[in-house]
Amino acid sequence: MTNLGGIAIEHFIVVSAILFVLGVLGIFLNRKNVIIILMAIELILLAVNIQLVAFSAFLNDLTGQVFAMFVLTVAAAEAAIGLAILVIYFRGRGTIAVDDVNRMKG
Amino acid sequence: MDFLLSFQLSAPEIILAVAGLVLLMVAAFAGNKSAQTVTYLAIASLVAAGAVVVELFTNDALSQGADAWSGLYRMDAFGNFTKLLIYLATIGCLIVTPKFFDAKGEYRPEYPVLMIFGAVGMGIMVSAVDLMTLYIGLELSSLSSYVLASYSRSDERSAEAGLKYFVLGALASGILLYGMSLVYGFTGSTSYLGIRAALADGMGTGALFGVVFVLAGLAFKIAAVPFHMWTPDVYEGAPTPVTAFFATAPKVAAIAITMRIALDPFGAQSDAWQQIIIFAALASIVVGALGAIGQENIKRLLAYSSINNVGFILVGLAAATEAGAAAMLVYLAIYVAMSLGSFVAVLMLRDKDGNQVENISDIAGLSRSHGLLALCLAIMMLSLAGIPPLFGFWGKFVVFQAAVQADMIILAALGIAASVIGAFYYLKIVKIMYFDDPADVVEAKGETSRWVVLLVTTIFVSPLGYLLTPWLGDLAARAASAMFFVI
Repeated sequence: MTNLGGIAIEHFIVVSAILFVLGVLGIFLNRKNVIIILMAIELILLAVNIQLVAFSAFLNDLTGQVFAMFVLTVAAAEAAIGLAILVIYFRGRGTIAVDDVNRMKG
Repeated sequence: MDFLLSFQLSAPEIILAVAGLVLLMVAAFAGNKSAQTVTYLAIASLVAAGAVVVELFTNDALSQGADAWSGLYRMDAFGNFTKLLIYLATIGCLIVTPKFFDAKGEYRPEYPVLMIFGAVGMGIMVSAVDLMTLYIGLELSSLSSYVLASYSRSDERSAEAGLKYFVLGALASGILLYGMSLVYGFTGSTSYLGIRAALADGMGTGALFGVVFVLAGLAFKIAAVPFHMWTPDVYEGAPTPVTAFFATAPKVAAIAITMRIALDPFGAQSDAWQQIIIFAALASIVVGALGAIGQENIKRLLAYSSINNVGFILVGLAAATEAGAAAMLVYLAIYVAMSLGSFVAVLMLRDKDGNQVENISDIAGLSRSHGLLALCLAIMMLSLAGIPPLFGFWGKFVVFQAAVQADMIILAALGIAASVIGAFYYLKIVKIMYFDDPADVVEAKGETSRWVVLLVTTIFVSPLGYLLTPWLGDLAARAASAMFFVI
């Protein structure tokens, strides 16, 4: 078993699970600002990254770290597109409050 | 040598990716006036990629499929079949689009380029045999879709649709990714082959959690209940040609990867996911049927109809047999034609000022002013309802047949009973078009290109489509057997 600085793999899994749940709650419980939703999405992806890298070290297998690199790259592209859509939305509506995203029911 | 073979096997994606980059340059340097040219070139490159897929499909030396790029990508009959559907749907959507945005002076060359990148991503998705490749393909197609949804800058609903689609799509990717990382951690591999081998002696709790998260993420992408809530809003808000695209190509790709994930890496552990799929299938059929009742907007109604259809397709997956997988592919092919046809018909509904007509009450008495258009839309609706002489019935028939053969008689019975609820609102539209007093709102002007797409899809779903069943059934059976082919 690889030495992860004396920390067992369970701890990494728990940390990333907590971060993941925080991210999901950030999307659903936040009623104020769409930017916070974008931050919550980043948090979810980073939770996944922690888990991938921890598993990678634990399994002595590089695949997880390569995967984490891809996730980082895609996260950057995703943030760029999310912000661009938000700018278009703001131009049309003049607000980015989550409660105002209701032009259509549902 | 291996490198060259990999290029050959993934040629459709490479052709499209290069075409997309070149067209992006053309678009950047030639400006907005090149939009029409770029569209034609995009269609040409999709046709070229489709021709390569056909060549790979019919190549006897490769009939068992082959791995490329060190086992990250697999060229097989399943990928080829779904890729052909994706390309055809994309071409259909590209043909009918330009006139829609021209009316507002909004048609820009990025639009076909985004469609191409979407098609590349979907091609990668359906051919992926490694979680990493799958993720990259999925994100490429999703990111293009987010931009397309918010494409119409003058329409507030479009930006809102884009925003909702982005947030929920990103959440779905996050859930999927979390599941993938768990699967990787507890099986020690990201390749389908490796996962399958690691799970051969049964599945631990960690991997089971991974499967559940992966399926939840995929359910978001295919809009299956309980993760369907974004669909009606996005379908209503996105510009109609984009909605037509969402209801066809990305849907095929997402259902295809759900099939591959369930049947390939987790195929030996079907107990772990069968119950989830059964629940999602029945819930989608019921929610799709009930939700559509009382909708005023025809795009919203078609969104619920697509949720309903995803339920029927998942019935085939719940069977977890080769016949079930083949039935799903047949249903998918018919569904693409029905969905594309309905949206093209909706696209042709315009009022005097050239605005889109979306309210169902406005198409009252359409049969008297626009007989052929009403007939085509009526055929689509009856086919979606699964009324026997039309081709839509065949899709439902093969799916339920597969379920019955797999001893899932209760599932099949419940599904058939729920499909009767669905028939209600499809018939309501036909009734409004044929028997209500004319509202005289619609001022449909025929454009040849749209008529071509509409008539081709109508003929396909008309009883003439049954002439194709042996051929379609054979292709689908080959594609399905590729997934049950264990090395």
